[in-house]
Amino acid sequence: MTGTIPFPQDRSCPYHPPTNYRPLRESGPLSHVSFYNGRKVWAVTGHAEARTLLVDPRLSSDRQNPAFPIPVERFEAVRRVRTPLIGVDDPEHNTQRRMLIPSFSVKRTAALRPQIQQIVDGLLDRMLEQGPPAELVSAFALPVPSMVICSLLGVPYADHEFFEDRSRRILRGGTAEESEQARRELEGYLADLMARKETDPGDGLLDELIAERLRAGTLQHQELVRLAMVLLVAGHETTANMISLGTFALLEHPDQLAQLRSDESLMPGAVEELLRFLSIADGMLRVATADIEIAGHTIRTGDGVVFSTSLINRDATAYPSPDELHVDRSARHHVAFGFGIHQCLGQNLARAELEIALRSLFRRVPDLRLAVPAAEIPFKPGETLQGMIELPLIW
Amino acid sequence: MRITIDTGVCIGSGQCALTAPSVFTQDDDGFSALLPGREDGGGDPLVREAARACPVQAIEVTED
Repeated sequence: MTGTIPFPQDRSCPYHPPTNYRPLRESGPLSHVSFYNGRKVWAVTGHAEARTLLVDPRLSSDRQNPAFPIPVERFEAVRRVRTPLIGVDDPEHNTQRRMLIPSFSVKRTAALRPQIQQIVDGLLDRMLEQGPPAELVSAFALPVPSMVICSLLGVPYADHEFFEDRSRRILRGGTAEESEQARRELEGYLADLMARKETDPGDGLLDELIAERLRAGTLQHQELVRLAMVLLVAGHETTANMISLGTFALLEHPDQLAQLRSDESLMPGAVEELLRFLSIADGMLRVATADIEIAGHTIRTGDGVVFSTSLINRDATAYPSPDELHVDRSARHHVAFGFGIHQCLGQNLARAELEIALRSLFRRVPDLRLAVPAAEIPFKPGETLQGMIELPLIW
Repeated sequence: MRITIDTGVCIGSGQCALTAPSVFTQDDDGFSALLPGREDGGGDPLVREAARACPVQAIEVTED
């Protein structure tokens, strides 16, 4: 469609929305964007409208609905697989989510803090022994959440190179076939792991699900394997990007970093602000299963809808000076974790990891800085989770 | 103030317990619950913020 803005686009700065999205911000809370195949979908950019629509059961997450919007060609393969949690609606989603809720509560997550701190300290010890310089993504940003989710789920961390690589290929492969191949390989790995756990149980969440659900027949083998895959991929790639991009953004805002260092009690609020400001998962997708009236528009049955979290979280009616990073602002009610029934299951774990990782990194390395000019540091393209590909640092 | 939690709708995100921890908690199953003695909100101004933070609008706050 001529005149319609293509979505997604690459950011020109790793922490700001693509400059070409500017007309979307100016054209009201809802407008249109076009996908790779020319399909026109609704783009939601208003904060109030997003919160209204994300709780509306008439917007479906069912990726097997033929009208479900797929923005990038190589993700078309997701239609073939019934993805638990993120790709289904209630009541199926509700049944799956309820199995997992106790393991991700605020209390259970708080109980994991000492273990997260230990992981963070161990990785920083090694980084400081071996450097400077250090490449933060491989030395710290990726291993922190990867080790934490392995321990929580009961996946051997020794296999991290395999599952990290396949996760990256699923989220950012070359072609649809490569992406699907990586998904099949990871599914095969987890199917083998589940089979081994059935005879030789460990003490992770997956072992609990086998003991309590699989044995009782309330969870099927393939559903468990795919659930494990969603938890494993979502559990490390997202937080890894937040750590790398959060570090980069703070180093690029030295006044904000100095304020945070002088008052560490600001850290929980600063994490919320970074979640809002960075909006690493920019483009949540839904399909309308009925006509919906909103803000003077009608979303028709079968229409695709994309929620641009980076623009929603920078709606000036919700956040004053939205394009500025302020570690002491109240960034409450951002939609970085989504909103509605699909809001991130692991959000409390993510908050704990981010607080501990960022506080420890900046406390242990007082003169941390970029090893090369910011403009030379590679970051991820718009079609995937946003974050740094590498982050070379010195001190 | 009266606080009603629809536990059938609750998804256990814990946003209420994070926002107003003097009033809300999560039970052993991870679902939202009111702390004993705080059923009236205890005058905490964050109760309304907690209701607003709920991603599934499971919390209703009414004035007596």
